[in-house]
Amino acid sequence: MTDLTINGKDVSLDVPGDTPLLWALRDNLRLTGTKFGCGVAQCGACTVMVDGMPVRSCITPVEDLEGSDVTTIEALEGPEADAVRKAWVDLDVPQCGYCQSGQIIAAATLLTEIPQPTDEDIDFAMAGNACRCATYVRIRKAIHNAAKILEA
Amino acid sequence: MTAFSPTRRGFLAGGAALIIGAHLPVGNKMAAKAATGPVDLNAFVRIGEDNTVTVIVKHIEFGQGPFTGFATLVAEELDADWSQMRAEHAPADTATYQNFAFGIQGTGASTAVRNAFTQMRQAGAAARAMLVDAAAREWGVSADEITVANGVISHTGSGKTAQFGELVATASESTPPAEPKLKDPAKFKLIGKEEIRRLDSAIKTTGEAQFTLDVYRDDMLTVVVAHSPWINGKVASVDSSAALAVDGVEKVEQIPTGVAVYARNTYSALKGRDALLIDWDLSEAETRSADEQLEEVAAAARDGDGVVAETYGDLNAAFENAAQVIEAEYRLPFLAHAPLEALDGVIETRGDAAEIWMGSQMQTVDQMVTSDILGIPLENVAINTLLGGGSFGRRAQYDGQFAQELAQVAKAGGEGIYKLVWTRSDDIQGGYYRPLAVHRHRAALDETGRIIGWDNKFATESIMGGSAFEAVIQNGVDPFSIEGSIHKPYDFGAFEARWVRTDSKVPHLWWRSVGHSHTAFANEVFLDEVLQRQGKDPVQGRLELLGDKSPRDRRVLERVAEMANWQGVQGANGKAYGVALHPSYDAHFAYIAEVSEVEGEPRVHKVWVAADVGIAVNPDVVKAQIEGGLGYGLSAALFNEITFAEDGRIEQENFDTYRLLRINEMPEVEIDLAVNTEKPGGIGEAGTPPIAPAVSNAWRILKGEPVRRLPLVRV
Repeated sequence: MTDLTINGKDVSLDVPGDTPLLWALRDNLRLTGTKFGCGVAQCGACTVMVDGMPVRSCITPVEDLEGSDVTTIEALEGPEADAVRKAWVDLDVPQCGYCQSGQIIAAATLLTEIPQPTDEDIDFAMAGNACRCATYVRIRKAIHNAAKILEA
Repeated sequence: MTAFSPTRRGFLAGGAALIIGAHLPVGNKMAAKAATGPVDLNAFVRIGEDNTVTVIVKHIEFGQGPFTGFATLVAEELDADWSQMRAEHAPADTATYQNFAFGIQGTGASTAVRNAFTQMRQAGAAARAMLVDAAAREWGVSADEITVANGVISHTGSGKTAQFGELVATASESTPPAEPKLKDPAKFKLIGKEEIRRLDSAIKTTGEAQFTLDVYRDDMLTVVVAHSPWINGKVASVDSSAALAVDGVEKVEQIPTGVAVYARNTYSALKGRDALLIDWDLSEAETRSADEQLEEVAAAARDGDGVVAETYGDLNAAFENAAQVIEAEYRLPFLAHAPLEALDGVIETRGDAAEIWMGSQMQTVDQMVTSDILGIPLENVAINTLLGGGSFGRRAQYDGQFAQELAQVAKAGGEGIYKLVWTRSDDIQGGYYRPLAVHRHRAALDETGRIIGWDNKFATESIMGGSAFEAVIQNGVDPFSIEGSIHKPYDFGAFEARWVRTDSKVPHLWWRSVGHSHTAFANEVFLDEVLQRQGKDPVQGRLELLGDKSPRDRRVLERVAEMANWQGVQGANGKAYGVALHPSYDAHFAYIAEVSEVEGEPRVHKVWVAADVGIAVNPDVVKAQIEGGLGYGLSAALFNEITFAEDGRIEQENFDTYRLLRINEMPEVEIDLAVNTEKPGGIGEAGTPPIAPAVSNAWRILKGEPVRRLPLVRV
């Protein structure tokens, strides 16, 4: 049994301790916005926030999260998340959309840390999040647009 | 658009009649109903009392935009307001929802808008006529005096207005017009408008979008299958005792494609699969290395006779009279599609019925194979098509490969509900690759360096051979294997393209742009080499060859040179510029790629794109598909290759060895989209073929040696 906070709620996860957070979120809590892409922290589709940092839930065992505060795409909020979502929709960033939960969490985290990121900052922060549809041109532009929204 | 229809051979017996014809099915108009709930005015348009208009889309949405495109076509003719438009997937129903290019229900070959452009407009126009008729009857006025704009129906004389929802119950009793009148394209308000936004963006930023993996039911078992790491390996023996001891594992069953582990959750299923001890029978497996397989294809290209795909002029004379002959060979690898959502599906069986939830790209095929394997009537197989997390060809299988495995899982599991999940290794090692291809090119030049003859002999597998679509193979030529090698925009004087069909144990599949994925590379790289050796500029040299044979190709090439401020292949900044021109899917594309060398690898900084796709229903979706198609092709050109070890084991397993293009490797993309009224071209694939040759042509300049093989970065 692992006690932690997920999306603001206290949760006791009754799963084997080595269960990756990804599967506990999906199978046990039905929080399906967090996606399975590779299972080995290579694609970023499973990205969630743990104590304010983006984490690959597919390789994070639940037993390491005792007392942690987890936020998934379903509950991601705040000015950065709002700005990112607005910029994403305005530019129609998603194609298939499967990787976008992870992209949005990574982008919102970047803007929290660096409110006006350069292209190099974006490369560094986002290179771990693969998009097979290659929506990268729009992801980059949307992050810059979100930064402008936040600045205003 | 290649019109083709399947034969039943290869599909399995039993099933639906395939009806082909560009009629608009309105026969299933719902009977007059009480004024509650939404109303289907025809098979494609449902209007709710809340004024929402839902378009029933016969093609799967996996990012390429049919939800938005079809909603645009319907809204245009319906004179709806864009804000009231919605879209959802059609059920599996071949007679009503067939792709006119295929004769079955399915998505592929960039046919969505091309096959349904008129059909969807007719569906919108028919629904509009029914609403107008309803208003005329309710208001007691002439239908001719009624106007519709932005979702509001008006009668000026009486001052009456209504929204769609108020009239839909009455409209459901109207007779749909036999020949719905379509708008003059000059009056389009939505088609061709850049500002139309996608219908599915918002739900893809919140986690709400429902993919197959997201289907959960309380009584569902999750299933993973241990597949052979060799192509065509079979289970010789399995010891499942350790797997069965894993907490959560319910049972283990051998199925034709491997060993299925059924568990109460995904992690238990994965742990159970890891605990299986399987001996593989390799007697029928592909146990040769990648090099051996490639040499076999290269030998076929060199020694095989093949069949003529296209020929014109006197090729023998051209080569006999040539002052110089240039030749080269090009090799292309196996490619996996690697959609980010690997294949998955949910099936529920009860008695003689089955219901499936999956990103089905060929509903008719998936329905047929399920019916056959489970021994239940075809009409009892319901398919709920869900959003696909990418496909690039992978979700469409001519043999219903995945649906077959899903049905086998259900059959072995007994009545119940099962979610079959493929992991990345199942995907990368699962075969169904873009097949190997080896091209040999020869050019005959006269004493002035002018090309007077061109000969292209190449070897690759038949894409459609052995499938239900085999009838498309005419005179031994599979149009999907040779596309892009024929009907070239250039006039070579004398020309021949000859295809040598190879066979392989490795199952092949259409991969985004199919034949064009190898022909465009070999053609445009060889042409560029020839032009360089003659001291010709790659833009000017191509323009000379185009002559006036292909005005749309000429225009995009001239335009892209303008956009890039073309100054030749060498930049002053250590960068090189590569050109490629390749039409496909009734769309015309010219690329210029700006490339430098960074840490030994090509780095593509910018790509200029001039495109002519005819009428672009949603120009911004078209641009997104160009950006994405280019990035997808660039990933393959730079990094992607499936290889086989000395013992035939597949060497790649995940994204650490099958490297995907990342944001820091994605070039800036500047697109100019021609505006015209030519018929709509396909846009899901056409952006992919030109990027590999454009980048390769720049890389040759940078490295000073020819590029004869992909990927450019080989491990």
